Amino acid sequence: MLSIDRSIVEAIVAHARRDHPDEACGVVAGPVGSDTPTRHIPMDNAARSMTFYEFDSMEQLRVWREMDERDEEPVVIYHSHTATEAYPSRTDVSFAGEPGAHYLLVSTRDPDREEIRSFRIVDGVVTEEPVRIVDAAVDPHAVQSYMFGQSPATVDYECSGR
Amino acid sequence: MAIEVRIPTILRSYTGGAKVVEGTGDTLGDLLTDLDSRHSGLRARLVTDAGALHRFVNVYVNDEDVRFLGALDAKLNDGDSVTILPAVAGGAFGFAAAAAIAQHKLAAVATVADGEAGRRVSAAR
Repeated sequence: MLSIDRSIVEAIVAHARRDHPDEACGVVAGPVGSDTPTRHIPMDNAARSMTFYEFDSMEQLRVWREMDERDEEPVVIYHSHTATEAYPSRTDVSFAGEPGAHYLLVSTRDPDREEIRSFRIVDGVVTEEPVRIVDAAVDPHAVQSYMFGQSPATVDYECSGR
Repeated sequence: MAIEVRIPTILRSYTGGAKVVEGTGDTLGDLLTDLDSRHSGLRARLVTDAGALHRFVNVYVNDEDVRFLGALDAKLNDGDSVTILPAVAGGAFGFAAAAAIAQHKLAAVATVADGEAGRRVSAAR
């Protein structure tokens, strides 16, 4: 499952809408091993195409080095499909080179409806996974005086079964 | 003569999990052959059967993309740092379709060229 902050999802969708009808692409970095995307980095689509995207190799080197220096990794790699569904194409699968990343696809084919799906792509095998959108708009430090030992930023509404 | 090589996650199965390895070589091609002698299989993930650099990887010497330095012929010096990254690319359109369109375009250009050549030939007659 991909857990991602609502503000990041909104920024990704805004990027995809802005670049429509060209495909948009980017990364969300997070601390190594955390599986938590925290830093949104919109990238240039060097292909500037409606049907293809490609990171600019020099921009990628700079961003990947920066992640390395900050002990981050690419937790999410996203791009948009602008006329088709948010499902990985054969090209997406053949290029998928980050086995630890969540491949997030946004379709902008419908201007009024958001379509976001997330996939793992490992050794050519595509596995869809649920996306959990987290509202972390509340400053976690502001809740320290709460009587209940639960941070509103991570409230999980699922029953524990007890 | 040692050259530091940074290995991406997806290829670390060839280096026993190591993020950085060392190798030698006067060119990138030589370096990859040298690395493959200790990390068997690594070269095949970077170089196609036809002997060209794979489309799915980016290789940098220091701060330069090797595609602008002669690819596998890129010259290396002692102390250089080589970085390998997975190329991040994709999109709605399949390779096969893109290749087919490129072929059509080439065919169309060829047809036009043939037509012109034909006209020139008939004009000369």
